[in-house]
Amino acid sequence: MAAVCFYFQVHQPFRLRNYTIFETDSNYYDDFKNSQICRKVADKCYLPANRLILELIRRYNGKFRVAYSITGVLLEQLEKYAPDVLYTFKELADTGCVEFLGETYHHSLSSLYSHKEFLDQIDLHTQAIEKHFAQKPKIFRNTELIYNNQIAELIESTGQFDAILAEGADHILGYKSPNFIYQPLRCKKLKLLLKNYKLSDDIAFRFSNQGWAEWPLRAPKFAQWVNAVNGCGYTVNLFMDYETFGEHQWESTGIFNFLRHLPGEILNHPDNSFKTPSEVIQSYPVCETLDIPYTISWADIERDVSAWLGNPMQRNALTEVYKIEQMVKDTADSGIIEDWRKLLTSDHFYYMCTKWFSDGDVHKYFNPYDSPYDSYINFMNVLDNLCSRCKNILYTDSRQLLTAKKAGTKRASRKNRDRDYVSERN
Amino acid sequence: MKVFMLGWEFPPFISGGLGTACYGLTKAMSRQGTKITFVLPGGNDQTSDFMKILTADGFLNSEEFKNITFRSTHTALNPYASASGVSTSIEKNVETKSGSPIWQTASSGNQKHYGGDVFEKVQKYTSNATQIAATEKFNIIHAHDWMTFPAAIAASEISGKPAVVHVHSTEFDRCGDYVNQAIYDIERYGMHKAHKIIAVSNYTKNIIINRYSVPAEKIKVVYNGVESCGATRNISNKRDKIVLYLGRITFQKGPEYFIAAAKRVLEKMSNVKFVIAGDGDMTHRMIEYAAYLGIGHKVFFTRFLRGQNVERVYRMSDLYVMPSVSEPFGIAALEAMINNVPVILSRQSGIAEAVSNALKVNFWDVDEMADKIAAVLKHQPLRTMLTENGCAEAGGFRWDNSAAKVNEIYRQVLACA
Repeated sequence: MAAVCFYFQVHQPFRLRNYTIFETDSNYYDDFKNSQICRKVADKCYLPANRLILELIRRYNGKFRVAYSITGVLLEQLEKYAPDVLYTFKELADTGCVEFLGETYHHSLSSLYSHKEFLDQIDLHTQAIEKHFAQKPKIFRNTELIYNNQIAELIESTGQFDAILAEGADHILGYKSPNFIYQPLRCKKLKLLLKNYKLSDDIAFRFSNQGWAEWPLRAPKFAQWVNAVNGCGYTVNLFMDYETFGEHQWESTGIFNFLRHLPGEILNHPDNSFKTPSEVIQSYPVCETLDIPYTISWADIERDVSAWLGNPMQRNALTEVYKIEQMVKDTADSGIIEDWRKLLTSDHFYYMCTKWFSDGDVHKYFNPYDSPYDSYINFMNVLDNLCSRCKNILYTDSRQLLTAKKAGTKRASRKNRDRDYVSERN
Repeated sequence: MKVFMLGWEFPPFISGGLGTACYGLTKAMSRQGTKITFVLPGGNDQTSDFMKILTADGFLNSEEFKNITFRSTHTALNPYASASGVSTSIEKNVETKSGSPIWQTASSGNQKHYGGDVFEKVQKYTSNATQIAATEKFNIIHAHDWMTFPAAIAASEISGKPAVVHVHSTEFDRCGDYVNQAIYDIERYGMHKAHKIIAVSNYTKNIIINRYSVPAEKIKVVYNGVESCGATRNISNKRDKIVLYLGRITFQKGPEYFIAAAKRVLEKMSNVKFVIAGDGDMTHRMIEYAAYLGIGHKVFFTRFLRGQNVERVYRMSDLYVMPSVSEPFGIAALEAMINNVPVILSRQSGIAEAVSNALKVNFWDVDEMADKIAAVLKHQPLRTMLTENGCAEAGGFRWDNSAAKVNEIYRQVLACA
């Protein structure tokens, strides 16, 4: 009895353009680079992988099932730059064999900095998924699988979700196995699914590594490893970036063929099945409560949050950007709020990471900057401009308020101004 | 291993990075047991032995330099021009005892970068050094920069020992595309005649390949080192931030880009001072340029600094900027880093390829330079990280490593010879 539970993370950030201290306009994004990368990933990964998965779902009459978590910022970019990808995702949604997970719309680290903003972004994401795929997410996965007891409690308090996902590395779990269903500490209803990091990373990281003892990895071999779980677990949770297919592992490595043959090999064993996260928690009982007081994630060897807040620049940038939350929201200016939220995307802080600076490894991936220092400088310049926009509005507002009071008239409603702003932008 | 080494300057008589590099490299080689006879142009005519000047000045700890013998040729010592202008008279058709054909072309061209009659001095140096070579026993010849290349080749031909030429800078770094043909010819002649070339960076190696038509496999890159001083910065709560330029004030070092960037920074922040430490043929023009931009009260010229004063100015500074148009290596940047000063480097430099914990700009991009200067001054976390990581990284550039590489190159050359 082993269910293979696939979940793919689909995300691209709005990368910032080169923004010096001398800029005065509020166009922060590198539209050219973003469209270029979006189109490239669409052609190399999203489109071929979506088509393949659609083909597999049809071939196995719904016995092959997967889950996706697509960020709001990527959905926006797909609408703009690659609507064909969005269409194929909709086709996948229509098969009924695909589950869409919930997360923060802006792929942010808000769970660590502002619970209010965290919940707001989850709502925004839920709305976007409902709009595009007519599903309400029932499973939550936080940005980069960032997780601790408190985050789980917060997610349970929303009442929307049945389960939350987290990393299942050895040094976190100890003797425990990621192949069972757990319950977060102090949660009554919410369940916890853990990534089988070994089998996930065999596909996501080691697949094309010719120095690896198991290379080349073929579907039958992988199916044997999954079969070995029978009897000591219910589910094999394979969580990975969708870009694994065609981007991290190029097509020439045989990654698509691997995926093509995997369902057949897995289903050869009568006890095996494919399940979405929701189906997994409905099918199997909770075995234990899990206490994770320290924040973990799925990143790097450390499996902690040091990739985003490991150095003084990152901590400073994060503190500064979350510090202005109230001021940003006080402006009630949808343009400013949206720009602020796009600055919260975790990738901006990832680019500032100096951990593996000299190695030039996975952190370099689609990184638009030459160095972490450059990314910090650029980010702070944009943030500075955003701050002055806020101050402009609030300052003008309070002045208007004063004059309005003096004149004894009511201030023009915010809503009107917002509408004007939106129509201006469109 | 005994090395016949030909140099042009040595502390305390230096005008740039060449003397510093020769000092660091020979000291480390001496520590590693390599015996060196180091030939230098002597002080003017009647001055006593150069070695005596060095020891009298307390520069050479006899223990550290126990494997080095200094020999002096009695030619004047002033390789670079000073601000007050120089004589450019060139003695034509000088005869040379070394009989090198290169002198045929060395009779014309622009001399502005060199003090006095440089070709005459080089020629005297060549003939005297060649005479010294005839009295010495050694396994290999090592020459630093073009002034000593003719002597190296002549000594090699006389002794039959292989010559290694060490390129600390090329004519294209110093002059851009308007090179002095005579100097270029000497450089090219030395590079082609030498058995091996040591370049101070890949940046310089590429110039040697592309501009001097030398095959890549003949060139080895050996980075310079820096001496750790362990000095701590006095972090006083001074009101104004100080941005430092330290280097010769010449075309090669890009001082005008520094001043233009200063102007842009001052548009955004006022509590900044810009210090230009150094001297050179563009000093007066740069003083005028700062005044013309209306920032004369914010830009300070210290003129040439030595020894203790260099360390003091580093310790005062919040940021070091190296805006060089073309910098073969850039020891000064390493010195700044190891003195706990954050640095902004021109991408057109050797050091930019070798370090990660520094900000890098294209020298001509004044806005980018100003943007980064302002960022370093404004953001404490950025300063902290550049300082701490930069100091640690610079500490990895040790003259012992450079010396070991040079010794390895000697072995390869001797094995082939």
